[in-house]
Amino acid sequence: MSNALLSVQNFSVIYDVDPPVQAVTKIDFELRRGEILGLAGESGCGKTTLAYGIQRLLKAPAVITSGSVVFHDASGDDIDISGLGVEDMRQFRWDKISMVFQGAMNALNPVATIGSQLEDVFEVHRPNMSKAQRREAVVELLDIVKVGGQRRRSFPHELSGGMRQRVMIAMALALRPQLMVMDEPTTALDVLVQREILRQISDLRDEFGFSVIFITHDLPLLLEISDRIAIMREGEIVELATAERIWNNPQDEYTKKLLSSFPRLTGEKGLVKR
Amino acid sequence: MTLLEFDSVTKVYSVRGAGQIKALDDVSFTLESGQTIGVVGQSGSGKSTIAKILTQLETATSGEVRLDGRPIPRHGSGLRRYRQQLRMVFQDPFASLNPYHSVRHHIERPLRLDQVVPRDELKAEVRRLLERVQLPISAADRRPHELSGGQRQRVAIARALASRPKILVADEPVSMLDVSIRLGVLNLLSDLQREEGLGVLYITHDLATARHFSNEIIVLNQGRIVERGTADDVILRPSHPYTQELRAASPDPEKFFASISDAEGGAR
Amino acid sequence: MNAIQTPLHTEDYDALEVGTTATTASKGSVRVPWRFLGGRALFYAFTLWAAVTINFLLPRLMKGDAVSAYLARNRNISPEAADGLRALLGLDTDKSLFQQYIDYWSLLVRGDLGVSLLHGLRPVTEVISQALPWTIGLVGFATIVSFAIGTIAGAIVGWRRGSRLDAIIPITTFLSTIPYFWLGLLAIALFSVNLRWFPIGKAYGVGWSPELSFEFIGQVIHHGFLPAMTIVIASLGGWVLGMRNMMLTVLDEDYITVAQAKGMTNRRVLWGYAARNAVLPQIQSFALSIGFIVGGTIVMEMVFSYPGVGKLLLDATNAKDYALMQGVFLVITLSVLVANILADVAYAFLDPRTRQTGA
Repeated sequence: MSNALLSVQNFSVIYDVDPPVQAVTKIDFELRRGEILGLAGESGCGKTTLAYGIQRLLKAPAVITSGSVVFHDASGDDIDISGLGVEDMRQFRWDKISMVFQGAMNALNPVATIGSQLEDVFEVHRPNMSKAQRREAVVELLDIVKVGGQRRRSFPHELSGGMRQRVMIAMALALRPQLMVMDEPTTALDVLVQREILRQISDLRDEFGFSVIFITHDLPLLLEISDRIAIMREGEIVELATAERIWNNPQDEYTKKLLSSFPRLTGEKGLVKR
Repeated sequence: MTLLEFDSVTKVYSVRGAGQIKALDDVSFTLESGQTIGVVGQSGSGKSTIAKILTQLETATSGEVRLDGRPIPRHGSGLRRYRQQLRMVFQDPFASLNPYHSVRHHIERPLRLDQVVPRDELKAEVRRLLERVQLPISAADRRPHELSGGQRQRVAIARALASRPKILVADEPVSMLDVSIRLGVLNLLSDLQREEGLGVLYITHDLATARHFSNEIIVLNQGRIVERGTADDVILRPSHPYTQELRAASPDPEKFFASISDAEGGAR
Repeated sequence: MNAIQTPLHTEDYDALEVGTTATTASKGSVRVPWRFLGGRALFYAFTLWAAVTINFLLPRLMKGDAVSAYLARNRNISPEAADGLRALLGLDTDKSLFQQYIDYWSLLVRGDLGVSLLHGLRPVTEVISQALPWTIGLVGFATIVSFAIGTIAGAIVGWRRGSRLDAIIPITTFLSTIPYFWLGLLAIALFSVNLRWFPIGKAYGVGWSPELSFEFIGQVIHHGFLPAMTIVIASLGGWVLGMRNMMLTVLDEDYITVAQAKGMTNRRVLWGYAARNAVLPQIQSFALSIGFIVGGTIVMEMVFSYPGVGKLLLDATNAKDYALMQGVFLVITLSVLVANILADVAYAFLDPRTRQTGA
């Protein structure tokens, strides 16, 4: 079994507006099994477009103009995501790659209980499960993320932001996928809650062994949680290296600029005038 | 010189069904001219209530707020003069500027209302203010949507400066901006504080920028000041468990990688 | 909201516990929002009182006298009988306005709305209760059908935005801009006069009286089809457009993207997630239109000479039959109120967030 989980080659996306915007330009990278890959960059750099694009979740006017995305399944099969038919794609989603979205505020359906939204996943992907089994699985998931199974009948608005994000993580974990894509999962949260969620993600990764693509503009945070980091700018990856190398020995000018944009919490490095 | 005094201010909200909630509980501090105080805390800590009381959107339940030794006037010309001396910079530079008006209009308005300069000097004053916030004079005839987020925030600052205030209250002024321009805006605020002797109240959840841009920091939790001191003391040597928690939870790559290489060094 | 969740001020606490990780569960049982219900009940009680009071005042502020109008039509009534009539109708002016108001309420509570001059002094309640079922049956049915078809069509059109289905929007909108009386006359001319598929008007054939038989029900359906169809055609556009626009808003929500990323089938995303949320504002408009059924059908009942409340009101107004007018107004008010209560209940049932607004 190869060490790679996802191979992305020559991947390009344009937004077909007038004039067309090249959002992602000829990107190549390989995601390793079990690693946390950070995707950093400023707004409009294409990081979100890339992450949604590889799962074919982009909506018009976005158009994938070139590239291949191959998922190396744990079973040994290589799945060409760009070649999947509609029904195969639907079954592939969430089963192999799941997502945790930005600001769990709107990511949950406001009129359905969190339990029913979790059960949905099993209903669609595990049709053989009985109702009792589904319920049991939901309670287990909510217990794993420390929301507590008793809360399955709660509505999203009855939970705090941190709780909602845990529910989203439980949902992403439901089918034990091999990859989780996380889009700014902690940006809207307070720093203490953010730290807890990060700890939980990292614990779950250790326990279940999935890979993570973690998108954020918060480079200091990424440095602490990622194995490797890709720095994106204007649709291209300008640098891809281990977190330690990005911190200690950044090669690209833009990486250096981005690093210097964050004042150090305890150190003196930085461009702060005082 | 003491500009602003918060003297044992308590703010209690009555919430139906939940009884009374203390958003601020016996909060006291003073702000000198030429000084920046960082107010840090999580959402719900009461830090925005301080801003609301200062702008008179809320009134304190008990305690007193004094500017130059005088309590905030409740109404009339006194309140207007007070507002002229204390200006806000908000989090969202999109929402705080009117999309239908040019940058010039935004800056001229307080100049006219507060009669800061004679009419024939309006144009020169707008130019001076734009220069002050490092925007080109050509920006004057643009509308907010033609500017970047950072430029819009600079316009908001120029507008705040127009009435020549003594105090700027900046409530999360950079948290909605792209990371690479945040320092620029913060450095601008810092320049203004030093060069014009402004008192700045910097309200934020970000400990790192609070440390670098404040002289003093007060840490709020549940409406109470749990710790205060010079910026480096509070952040580098926090004494209250809550501040320690906050610091431990904030990303700190410097320490993180230092501890990794320590661990590796120890293993070798 | 910038308030603190728990008013606790102990010195030794775990910062992680405070407001961040409450892992204890609240009870899963349904909480009855008494405060919310009480507030609504109070609101409706006040509205009802205001409506009844205005209803009482209006005819008394108007010029003209019902009895004089009645006498003009029936010349063989003596002056004494006329005074008696005035007393019977509560129009004898020697009572103070306040006394009249008290009397009005006490009669109302007993279900006594007075007698109708126009209908040979029969009790107003009886006159209205004969007309009401026709209106509610026909227009209520048509409104529900229109709402159902329009909402479902709007959901589908919104889901497939940009497809050829978008053509439905201008078509239905055009149909709803046609003046209703013209649409009705057109339908009669085409289907009744030329094609002779449907009768020209009335609720059932001449010579029949209401009875519970298949033949009679067949009559009613046959007579009611054209008016019902024209109502559906005229109101469909609003439902389609409203639902479609709401769908477009909802489809941009994050939870729709999440549902698709979850691998839900399109059918499930459309009905279970998108339409389920988009229908909420529709419910509000539906309640409003249900409320206006009774008052809003005058034109239809004129065109199709349908024996409903709208026609009753029209005739009563022409004849200055105040008692009947007041009765009809009261029924209209009540139906608007009841419809709003139903909408409140439906909303609370469909949208869990509203249950909390009172807290």
